Amino acid sequence: MNWFPQFLFLLILSTAIYLFAKGIGKLRSLIAMGRPDLPTDQPAKRWGQVLRLALGQQKMFRNVPVAILHLIIYVGFIIINIEVLEILLDGLTGAHRLFSGPLGGFYPLLINAFEWLALGVLLACIPFLIRRNLMSIPRLQATDLKGWPRRDANIILITEIVLMSLFLLMNASDTLLQARGVGHYAHAITGDFTLSSYLHPFIQSLSDQNLIWIERTAWWLHIIGILAFLNYLPYSKHLHILFAFPNTYFAPLNSSGKMSNMPSIQQEVLYAMDPSAAPAAGSEAPPTRFGAKDVQDLGQKNLLDAFSCTECGRCSAACPAQHTGKLLSPRRIMMRTRDRMEDLAKLPIDQRANDGKSLLHDYISVEELRACTTCQACVQECPVSINPLDIIMQLRRYQIMEESQAPAEWTAMFGNVENNFAPWKFAPDDRDNWMQSSS
Amino acid sequence: MAEWAAEGKEPEILFWVGCSGSFDQRAQRITRAFARILQKLDIPFAVLGKEEMCTGDPVRRAGNEFLFQMMAYQNIQILNGYNIKKIVTACPHCFNTLKNEYPELGGNYEVIHHTTLIQQLINEGRIVLEGGGQFKGKRITYHDSCYLGRANQIYEAPRQVLEALDVELVEMKRCRSNGSCCGAGGAQMFKEEEAGKNRINLDRTQEALETGATVIAAACPFCNTMMSDGVKLAERESDVQVLDIAEIVEASMKS
Repeated sequence: MNWFPQFLFLLILSTAIYLFAKGIGKLRSLIAMGRPDLPTDQPAKRWGQVLRLALGQQKMFRNVPVAILHLIIYVGFIIINIEVLEILLDGLTGAHRLFSGPLGGFYPLLINAFEWLALGVLLACIPFLIRRNLMSIPRLQATDLKGWPRRDANIILITEIVLMSLFLLMNASDTLLQARGVGHYAHAITGDFTLSSYLHPFIQSLSDQNLIWIERTAWWLHIIGILAFLNYLPYSKHLHILFAFPNTYFAPLNSSGKMSNMPSIQQEVLYAMDPSAAPAAGSEAPPTRFGAKDVQDLGQKNLLDAFSCTECGRCSAACPAQHTGKLLSPRRIMMRTRDRMEDLAKLPIDQRANDGKSLLHDYISVEELRACTTCQACVQECPVSINPLDIIMQLRRYQIMEESQAPAEWTAMFGNVENNFAPWKFAPDDRDNWMQSSS
Repeated sequence: MAEWAAEGKEPEILFWVGCSGSFDQRAQRITRAFARILQKLDIPFAVLGKEEMCTGDPVRRAGNEFLFQMMAYQNIQILNGYNIKKIVTACPHCFNTLKNEYPELGGNYEVIHHTTLIQQLINEGRIVLEGGGQFKGKRITYHDSCYLGRANQIYEAPRQVLEALDVELVEMKRCRSNGSCCGAGGAQMFKEEEAGKNRINLDRTQEALETGATVIAAACPFCNTMMSDGVKLAERESDVQVLDIAEIVEASMKS
């Protein structure tokens, strides 16, 4: 028995797993740069969110045709992984179709089902490619996606088509070799599979040797492709297939209209209003930065959000500012947050705090922040519970409280609220005037 | 409210008027309409009057957390001081802040939006609407307020109120959880809009006008201002009205 293919397979598999673990480790360390804020309360409700939103794709169904195509690819990909398990075991043990013996008559049924799913995935990717490249769908052709993001999307779709085609080609050549009684193929007789047998006319004139060559090539390319794809995830928007799960788990359970509280300021105001409650001078912790200037000031959930984003643009399509041609695009907020983290990852850890750049200003402009109406449409739309609004608000807080930069009208409004207790310059004594005048 | 307290009484419900409802001339009409509904039904209510202050919604969303905390602290002191348990308000921004943001700062109240209260009163048979009122047969579209809808899942109460009238309720293309903003939230009300191709309120008003409605119903004083300005800019003031749910109901009530 030739041990070389098994050895090669083990080498490739372990390298792929090692690299993937390293990639995920890097992402974890980047997310760990943020303030620890991942909530773990009410696990039952959180698992409910995971089941509904990530596994059940509830929000995708706000657009039914697209949701169905997406579901086919998703279900196909998950279920076909059972087949990948067999491929991995075959590769390691040197067996061929290891499951065909134990599963008996059920095995062809299973593979037939996989073939249908593979065809479904393959076909569903085509309208997605067309939507991305030929049709005019604002959220898919927006300038946010210029360059790498668009290429990334196309690479993913084409890879999926190629992987599924290889799977079908592998089955077609395998079943043909079985019928001819060639070598070990004859030991695992599964019979023809419905879909791949349609490929037989194209390859049946080939010699046994050439068919074996095709079957082996398709087998190797398929599994290497899957392992390569796995290692592509940490660098791609496609990471959402994994991160959608933790991201929906850690998503807030309360109203999207509730802004996060800042207990440090709450305390400060309490002490100012009621000095007797204040601790003795010098005993308080050193003041932290108010709001966020850079990714390190954001919460870990914000950073997890950025890696979970698949850049679908549902947020930006629903954003009233984006819809009326403002600079703000919630998707871009997420993409720039990820860009910032990835740029920081290129630096040695001790230089990350001081590279002369920051998320605010260098990656996200003040004009973008100022265009937000806090309408929460972006939060509502995101299928995987990403919250661009929370990042916008934290950057705004830094702008106002640390940089003291506000549009003149806001400065005036702050003055009115502080002195007249209303955002307009009216005397507090006139507050009940509405009772007097008629109509 | 001070008068109630002086007499040693506690009202069943406090009407939180809000800055817009107190000072903005257009919004004052909404405040009066809602107050008249309560008066007609002999529902005792109090207002804080001169003691009410901005909840802090716009300053918090602009980024000024210090000022928000100051406003919240002062309002909670007053509300707790009067032992307030239930608050009704006609402003979704006040509603959201009182309901969702004050509890963790020590202000716990049952907060209800005026459209929800009106709907309850209709269901209970206390508000009786005239079948052939001035809105009979009119085409009305309802504009969802972000802070009522997406923030607090109140989509149906205002619609059910309108359905109780003999009107033709039509929906805009983007409605309920897809509803588009009027452009006022996030302290945008208090500054110039950023540069773009169109103004948000015009964009939204256009969508409302496309339904062919002659009344745009709102449930938020800020939405009301933005949509009214939109109607003005579209030069449709003569045939299209922007009205609050409270105004529509008050005008249709059997007295």
